[in-house]
Amino acid sequence: MASNAAVPFWRAAGMTYITYSNLCANLVRQCLKEPHRSEALNREKVHFSISKWAKGKPEKPKSPVLHYYS
Amino acid sequence: MLRRATTRILSHRRHCSTAEALKVTAADDLFMAAWKRTMPNLDPPKTPLSFLQPRPSTASAASIPSKMTINLVSSCSSGLSNKQAHMVIVPATTGQMGILPGHVASISELKPGLLSIYEGNEVTKYFISSGFAFVHSNSVADIIAAEAVPIEQVDPSSVQKGLAEFTQKLSTASTDLEKAEAQIGLDVLSALNSSLSG
Repeated sequence: MASNAAVPFWRAAGMTYITYSNLCANLVRQCLKEPHRSEALNREKVHFSISKWAKGKPEKPKSPVLHYYS
Repeated sequence: MLRRATTRILSHRRHCSTAEALKVTAADDLFMAAWKRTMPNLDPPKTPLSFLQPRPSTASAASIPSKMTINLVSSCSSGLSNKQAHMVIVPATTGQMGILPGHVASISELKPGLLSIYEGNEVTKYFISSGFAFVHSNSVADIIAAEAVPIEQVDPSSVQKGLAEFTQKLSTASTDLEKAEAQIGLDVLSALNSSLSG
């Protein structure tokens, strides 16, 4: 079989396709005109909270984090 | 009991209409038969297959339809559904690709760029952030994109500001990842820029 074609620069830098696609989509959303821009950014907001576990017990959970780019 | 009887009669009438009958496929028939055997008194539920709209058959190589059917789907909405068009130009990674009815079946990865749909004299333009275009042999093109925005919704001043910001980020980037991100930013924004003017 022929060898693989040259990988895209972002994959060579260690980025996956999903990360690349999400990055592009986010950039496009930030360039929209006003009502569409806030709708799009709100649509993509993700709420999550992380709690670390040590010795079989959860440590005190951190406060919830709002993150635009999921 | 009488209420149950009337609903059964109504639903039977609905199921026997010719349009519904055409949509039921062999798999659905098996399910319906099994249902009637085990629960004859209960109305069968609607299966996912009954909601499926039939697509034009992929069979004949002879007849090339005069128009393409285009489905544009993005992560939040189905932008276009079964739109008829003469030609579509998609921003594939290998360059702008024109798709006419009768195009060979293909799958192409899309880069950030402008999608133009030509229907008669009018052109509808969408900016696609990234995605894939599937062309089937029955002249149906499915375009799926993470974000597909009509070009009118793009704000030129944000694009210019972003271009300046990312050009600067590229020059100050140190790690491979930062350089890649800055490069991606530049690619997307320059594509946006040329779509606004082109």
